[in-house]
Amino acid sequence: MTARRVKGIAFQGALIGCIAISVLLLGTLLFDVVSDGSGDLDFEFITSFASIDAEQSGIQAALWGTVWLMVVCAGFIVPVGVATAIYLEEYADETKWWNRMIEVNIQNLAAVPSIVYGILGLAFLVRGPISLGPVILAGGLTLGLLVLPVVIVAAREAIRAVPPSIREGSMALGATQWQTVWRQVLPASVPGIATGVILALSRAIGETAPLIVVGAATFIAFNPEGLDSRFTAMPIQIFDWISRPSSELNDYRPLAAAGILLLMLLLVAMNSVAIWLRNRYERRW
Amino acid sequence: MEVTEQQRTEQQKRAGPGVPAPALQGVRRAPHARQKPIFQLDGVTVSYGRKPAVRDVTFDIGENEITALIGPSGCGKSTLIRCLNRMNDLIPTARVDGKLAYHGQDLYASGVDPVEVRKRIGMVFQKPNPFPKSIYDNIAFGPRVLGMKGDMDEIVRRALEQAALWDEVKDRLKTNAYGMSGGQQQRLCIARCLAVEPDVILMDEPCSALDPISTGKIEDLMMDLKRRYSIVIVTHNMQQAARVSDRTAFFTVELDEEEHRSGRVVEFDATETVFTNPADSRTEAYVTGKVG
Amino acid sequence: MIKGLLVCAALISVITTTGIVISLLGETIAFFGDVGVGAYLTGTKWSPLFQPPSFGVLPLVSGTLIISAVAMLVAAPLGLGAAIYLSEYARPRLRRTVKPILELLAGVPTIVFGYFALVFFTPEILRGLFGLDVAVFNGLAAGIIIGFLIVPTVASISEDAMTAVPQALREGAFALGASKLQVTMRVVFPAALSGIVASLVLALSRAVGETMVVVIAAGLVPQWGAKLGEPMETMTAFIAATAKGDVPTGSTEYKTLFAVGTTLFVITLVMNLISIRFVRRYRQVYE
Repeated sequence: MTARRVKGIAFQGALIGCIAISVLLLGTLLFDVVSDGSGDLDFEFITSFASIDAEQSGIQAALWGTVWLMVVCAGFIVPVGVATAIYLEEYADETKWWNRMIEVNIQNLAAVPSIVYGILGLAFLVRGPISLGPVILAGGLTLGLLVLPVVIVAAREAIRAVPPSIREGSMALGATQWQTVWRQVLPASVPGIATGVILALSRAIGETAPLIVVGAATFIAFNPEGLDSRFTAMPIQIFDWISRPSSELNDYRPLAAAGILLLMLLLVAMNSVAIWLRNRYERRW
Repeated sequence: MEVTEQQRTEQQKRAGPGVPAPALQGVRRAPHARQKPIFQLDGVTVSYGRKPAVRDVTFDIGENEITALIGPSGCGKSTLIRCLNRMNDLIPTARVDGKLAYHGQDLYASGVDPVEVRKRIGMVFQKPNPFPKSIYDNIAFGPRVLGMKGDMDEIVRRALEQAALWDEVKDRLKTNAYGMSGGQQQRLCIARCLAVEPDVILMDEPCSALDPISTGKIEDLMMDLKRRYSIVIVTHNMQQAARVSDRTAFFTVELDEEEHRSGRVVEFDATETVFTNPADSRTEAYVTGKVG
Repeated sequence: MIKGLLVCAALISVITTTGIVISLLGETIAFFGDVGVGAYLTGTKWSPLFQPPSFGVLPLVSGTLIISAVAMLVAAPLGLGAAIYLSEYARPRLRRTVKPILELLAGVPTIVFGYFALVFFTPEILRGLFGLDVAVFNGLAAGIIIGFLIVPTVASISEDAMTAVPQALREGAFALGASKLQVTMRVVFPAALSGIVASLVLALSRAVGETMVVVIAAGLVPQWGAKLGEPMETMTAFIAATAKGDVPTGSTEYKTLFAVGTTLFVITLVMNLISIRFVRRYRQVYE
């Protein structure tokens, strides 16, 4: 075996090693979470409120908080994201500088750290001009702004995938541009848009930092009662359990693990739906 | 198998048009003196998966000659030429059966290192493919990766001179190769190939992406290069084959029992013979332009 | 009319950016009214709540940079190694298996990584397996875990960049007698370099902006000159930790949130602009 062949094989080995280490880490992480948390993840856990007594503590308030937040978030990102995508793909003149600026803007926003969105939410939505207070609506909108670029990008791709011939056919029949978009282009892009929305929500559901800054409470024992209700969310509750000093009497770590496990299961469910949607409705033009 | 001129024509007349005379299945040795063979192909069949792309190729390629492979699209010329430097190894489903010898040694024997093969047998492609580097670094790439010793500046200059490119680029060796015209880029690729000092240069339709003037320059280059190298060229351009090559192999496409297309060599002879007095009617039909 | 509505929607993204900039700038300027810019940018002691308070941001910046550097030392080789293998060596079946795994890694919420860093990585791996003498909260664990978190960013963008290199270039190199290793590292990798650099800059930007892993695992002790095995605080951790408490509008604490937030925003913005510039370049390399 020549030196060259040995080098080639060693190189390939190193590359595989890189993949192996990453996979190993993911595996260890999942194993650790499952083993730490599966003991505590049960019906009681889901239906109890948080409590100082670790035995009694549960994730109910946080779970419902997360659900409410996702509803608000979706309610914001779907119309705004889709409308922005429609504008950019169907109406905007690419040569105009302001349209290009919008595009560059969206690209930049996608890379801003999530905690900065929290600051934005704090300064404008929670306090400042709109002054909603640290409530569900503020939290949901903050998350919405954070993941809006994900929806815009996915919606644009879905709209772009619709072939021009469909539009031309519609316009040739006398339909207006809006009618064409509303009745032909959008329905055809729904699967792609839906996938994008689910991906966006998958990101939003796990976000902790912006919610901390916006003022999510860490110890409440009630489910949200309205958009103007104070709230907690799953990542926040998990964070609280991790940060709390554990003692002999009250070990919060397993609770955190159980919460993480529940969160991951939700994520798996959401992503499975997204993949199913993509496979079922993917149209090949 | 040696067959006289007369016997050939008799066989053809008996067999009728369109049916290949039995003697023409693959082996055609030209009766007059030839150069020493550098490649010897015997029953070479190349398949992708289970589908043969070109079957039963048997002929010799001579040293310091230009051998042209001509024929319609899809007849396996490119597939065959890529066997000569084991480029088909890059395609996982490719399989080569039969014997393919280079200087008497089986190219596909186990233990033969394809990298060594490609050092001696270089290739120029249909579309010029310079690396996104400077002209100098393009030429120097081969010598560097092969660990060739010597003054790199000298090696680069010699390669560019042999490719008739030196005068045009000597003042801008460090500029990006993509700044050159198509014809210049192709000559750069030839120079790049020459820099590693091969024995053989394989050319897969080297001029099909170029304008007539560049084509002419490269054809002149080829005639010059054959003094020191052996050249095998695949070309769609019959006039080109007629102009530059010493020997020509004509390929055709056949449909086999399962409706698969595969290629086969119909005739291999001195170029002049193939073009002015072909033995097979299919060759005649092709070279006179009756079929494409 | 419809178009008008659509434009409004599109403008929301612009308004968001404007909002971010305004909110940050407003309070930051107020902050610099109280605290000098020089003292902020060059001071090495960050203790805004002490009496007398110190507002030197360098401990936070250094914490951010140290942890991000560790993260890149992990993510760059692992991510690039994975990308090279997937792009140049892997069979289609392996690619189909590995790519979803990397996407899975990318989808795990950062708080889960934080948990893992604190509860498993520091005690079992750093202290257990490697026997290192590190504190319970330390920058090394946070850095390494963030590194794994950003591997998918490096891997997927670099892999795209390398796959985009035309096959003709590889063939040309092989035909000259180069080995696969030489073709990969001396032709494909350099040709894809713009995209690869873009992926690294983007990954670095993510590491800089990462909050939960550091909050949970690195401790909240701003210390100029902290060593890797010791606790340290980043800009993001400071913002999170401070905002968690009671922060009356207009107080000094409130203003520090924004000052540090602006510093963070500016750093990541610059990195993202650089990255976009590189992406645009790599897309235009092949004429």
